[in-house]
Amino acid sequence: MSERDIQAEIHKIVTENPVVLFMKGTPTFPQCGFSAAAIQLLKNCGASVAAVNVLADQDIRQGVKDYANWPTIPQLYIKGEFVGGSDIMKELYANGELQKMIDEVAPQ
Amino acid sequence: MQTERVKALIEAALPCTYVDVEGDGSHFYATIVSSAFEGLKLLDRHRLVKDRLKDHFDSGELHALSLRGTRTPAEAQS
Repeated sequence: MSERDIQAEIHKIVTENPVVLFMKGTPTFPQCGFSAAAIQLLKNCGASVAAVNVLADQDIRQGVKDYANWPTIPQLYIKGEFVGGSDIMKELYANGELQKMIDEVAPQ
Repeated sequence: MQTERVKALIEAALPCTYVDVEGDGSHFYATIVSSAFEGLKLLDRHRLVKDRLKDHFDSGELHALSLRGTRTPAEAQS
Protein backbone atom coordinates (compact mmCIF):
# COMPACT_ATOMS: atom_id res chain seq x y z
CA MET A 1 0.00 0.00 0.00
CA SER A 2 1.47 3.30 -0.99
CA GLU A 3 1.60 6.25 1.36
CA ARG A 4 -1.00 8.97 0.87
CA ASP A 5 0.15 12.08 -0.94
CA ILE A 6 -2.09 14.54 0.86
CA GLN A 7 -0.84 17.63 -0.95
CA ALA A 8 -1.57 15.98 -4.31
CA GLU A 9 -5.02 14.95 -3.10
CA ILE A 10 -5.82 18.51 -2.02
CA HIS A 11 -4.48 19.91 -5.26
CA LYS A 12 -6.73 17.53 -7.18
CA ILE A 13 -9.80 18.52 -5.13
CA VAL A 14 -9.30 22.28 -5.56
CA THR A 15 -8.48 22.11 -9.25
CA GLU A 16 -11.24 19.69 -10.25
CA ASN A 17 -13.98 21.64 -8.45
CA PRO A 18 -14.55 25.35 -9.19
CA VAL A 19 -15.65 26.24 -5.64
CA VAL A 20 -14.28 24.25 -2.69
CA LEU A 21 -14.81 24.92 1.02
CA PHE A 22 -12.77 22.99 3.57
CA MET A 23 -14.91 23.19 6.69
CA LYS A 24 -15.63 21.63 10.08
CA GLY A 25 -18.79 19.60 9.65
CA THR A 26 -21.02 19.54 6.60
CA PRO A 27 -23.09 22.25 4.88
CA THR A 28 -26.19 20.76 6.53
CA PHE A 29 -24.55 20.32 9.94
CA PRO A 30 -21.61 22.69 10.37
CA GLN A 31 -19.75 21.99 13.59
CA CYS A 32 -18.08 25.37 14.04
CA GLY A 33 -19.49 28.88 13.92
CA PHE A 34 -16.89 30.10 11.43
CA SER A 35 -17.61 27.21 9.06
CA ALA A 36 -21.35 27.80 9.44
CA ALA A 37 -20.92 31.46 8.52
CA ALA A 38 -18.70 30.57 5.56
CA ILE A 39 -21.12 28.10 3.99
CA GLN A 40 -24.01 30.52 4.55
CA LEU A 41 -22.22 33.28 2.62
CA LEU A 42 -21.63 30.89 -0.29
CA LYS A 43 -25.28 29.81 -0.23
CA ASN A 44 -26.32 33.47 -0.26
CA CYS A 45 -24.27 33.89 -3.44
CA GLY A 46 -26.00 30.90 -5.00
CA ALA A 47 -22.73 29.01 -5.21
CA SER A 48 -22.48 25.34 -6.01
CA VAL A 49 -19.93 24.26 -3.41
CA ALA A 50 -17.82 21.16 -3.08
CA ALA A 51 -17.56 20.98 0.71
CA VAL A 52 -14.87 18.92 2.42
CA ASN A 53 -15.41 18.03 6.08
CA VAL A 54 -11.95 18.15 7.65
CA LEU A 55 -13.25 16.58 10.86
CA ALA A 56 -13.76 13.37 8.88
CA ASP A 57 -10.11 13.25 7.79
CA GLN A 58 -7.29 14.36 10.09
CA ASP A 59 -4.69 14.14 7.31
CA ILE A 60 -6.68 16.54 5.15
CA ARG A 61 -7.29 18.77 8.17
CA GLN A 62 -3.57 19.32 8.70
CA GLY A 63 -2.67 19.05 5.02
CA VAL A 64 -4.90 21.89 3.91
CA LYS A 65 -3.28 24.20 6.46
CA ASP A 66 0.10 23.40 4.92
CA TYR A 67 -1.24 23.63 1.38
CA ALA A 68 -2.35 27.25 1.74
CA ASN A 69 0.11 28.19 4.47
CA TRP A 70 -2.94 29.34 6.41
CA PRO A 71 -3.46 28.18 9.99
CA THR A 72 -7.23 27.97 10.26
CA ILE A 73 -10.37 26.31 8.90
CA PRO A 74 -12.59 27.17 6.99
CA GLN A 75 -10.68 27.73 3.76
CA LEU A 76 -12.23 28.76 0.46
CA TYR A 77 -10.73 27.93 -2.93
CA ILE A 78 -12.06 29.21 -6.24
CA LYS A 79 -10.68 27.82 -9.50
CA GLY A 80 -7.80 26.25 -7.61
CA GLU A 81 -6.74 29.46 -5.92
CA PHE A 82 -6.86 29.97 -2.16
CA VAL A 83 -9.18 32.91 -1.48
CA GLY A 84 -9.06 33.06 2.30
CA GLY A 85 -10.71 32.14 5.57
CA SER A 86 -13.90 33.35 7.20
CA ASP A 87 -12.80 36.96 7.80
CA ILE A 88 -11.77 37.40 4.19
CA MET A 89 -14.97 35.78 2.97
CA LYS A 90 -17.04 38.16 5.11
CA GLU A 91 -15.19 41.18 3.77
CA LEU A 92 -15.44 39.97 0.16
CA TYR A 93 -19.14 39.29 0.64
CA ALA A 94 -19.75 42.73 2.13
CA ASN A 95 -18.12 44.53 -0.79
CA GLY A 96 -19.76 42.35 -3.45
CA GLU A 97 -16.54 40.69 -4.60
CA LEU A 98 -17.53 37.22 -3.47
CA GLN A 99 -20.71 37.35 -5.54
CA LYS A 100 -18.69 38.45 -8.57
CA MET A 101 -16.21 35.62 -8.12
CA ILE A 102 -19.01 33.06 -7.82
CA ASP A 103 -20.82 34.48 -10.86
CA GLU A 104 -17.64 34.25 -12.92
CA VAL A 105 -17.26 30.58 -12.08
CA ALA A 106 -20.87 29.70 -12.87
CA PRO A 107 -22.54 32.32 -15.08
CA GLN A 108 -26.25 32.58 -14.34
CA MET B 1 -5.69 42.31 27.32
CA GLN B 2 -7.43 45.56 26.49
CA THR B 3 -8.54 46.81 23.11
CA GLU B 4 -6.25 49.83 23.51
CA ARG B 5 -3.23 47.53 23.77
CA VAL B 6 -4.24 45.61 20.62
CA LYS B 7 -4.74 48.90 18.81
CA ALA B 8 -1.26 50.03 19.87
CA LEU B 9 0.28 46.76 18.61
CA ILE B 10 -1.36 47.19 15.22
CA GLU B 11 -0.29 50.84 14.97
CA ALA B 12 3.26 49.87 15.82
CA ALA B 13 3.24 47.12 13.18
CA LEU B 14 1.76 49.08 10.26
CA PRO B 15 1.51 52.69 9.11
CA CYS B 16 -2.17 53.25 9.87
CA THR B 17 -4.45 56.21 9.32
CA TYR B 18 -7.29 54.54 11.21
CA VAL B 19 -7.56 51.58 13.57
CA ASP B 20 -10.65 50.45 15.42
CA VAL B 21 -10.53 47.49 17.78
CA GLU B 22 -13.40 45.85 19.61
CA GLY B 23 -13.10 42.82 21.81
CA ASP B 24 -13.86 40.98 25.00
CA GLY B 25 -10.34 40.59 26.37
CA SER B 26 -9.46 37.43 24.43
CA HIS B 27 -11.04 37.70 20.99
CA PHE B 28 -10.59 40.96 19.10
CA TYR B 29 -12.04 42.46 15.93
CA ALA B 30 -10.10 45.10 14.05
CA THR B 31 -10.83 47.51 11.23
CA ILE B 32 -7.66 48.96 9.72
CA VAL B 33 -6.96 51.67 7.16
CA SER B 34 -3.35 51.60 6.00
CA SER B 35 -1.31 52.68 3.00
CA ALA B 36 0.55 49.37 3.37
CA PHE B 37 -2.47 47.65 1.80
CA GLU B 38 -2.11 49.45 -1.53
CA GLY B 39 -1.78 47.06 -4.44
CA LEU B 40 -2.49 44.03 -2.26
CA LYS B 41 -5.45 41.72 -2.62
CA LEU B 42 -7.44 40.92 0.47
CA LEU B 43 -5.67 37.66 1.25
CA ASP B 44 -2.29 39.39 1.15
CA ARG B 45 -3.55 42.24 3.34
CA HIS B 46 -4.63 39.75 5.99
CA ARG B 47 -1.36 37.84 5.63
CA LEU B 48 0.56 41.12 6.06
CA VAL B 49 -1.21 42.04 9.29
CA LYS B 50 -0.87 38.55 10.77
CA ASP B 51 2.77 38.41 9.70
CA ARG B 52 3.64 41.80 11.22
CA LEU B 53 2.00 40.72 14.48
CA LYS B 54 3.54 37.25 14.41
CA ASP B 55 5.75 37.79 17.47
CA HIS B 56 2.74 38.73 19.56
CA PHE B 57 0.83 35.66 18.39
CA ASP B 58 3.84 33.43 19.01
CA SER B 59 4.32 34.81 22.51
CA GLY B 60 0.68 34.14 23.28
CA GLU B 61 0.00 37.81 24.01
CA LEU B 62 -2.41 37.91 21.08
CA HIS B 63 -4.68 34.92 20.75
CA ALA B 64 -7.54 35.63 18.37
CA LEU B 65 -7.75 38.62 16.09
CA SER B 66 -10.40 38.85 13.39
CA LEU B 67 -10.00 41.45 10.67
CA ARG B 68 -13.31 43.08 9.86
CA GLY B 69 -12.00 45.53 7.33
CA THR B 70 -8.64 46.21 5.69
CA ARG B 71 -8.72 49.24 3.43
CA THR B 72 -6.33 51.70 1.86
CA PRO B 73 -6.79 55.42 2.62
CA ALA B 74 -8.21 55.89 -0.90
CA GLU B 75 -10.72 53.05 -0.44
CA ALA B 76 -11.72 54.42 2.95
CA GLN B 77 -12.70 57.71 1.29
CA SER B 78 -15.16 56.13 -1.09
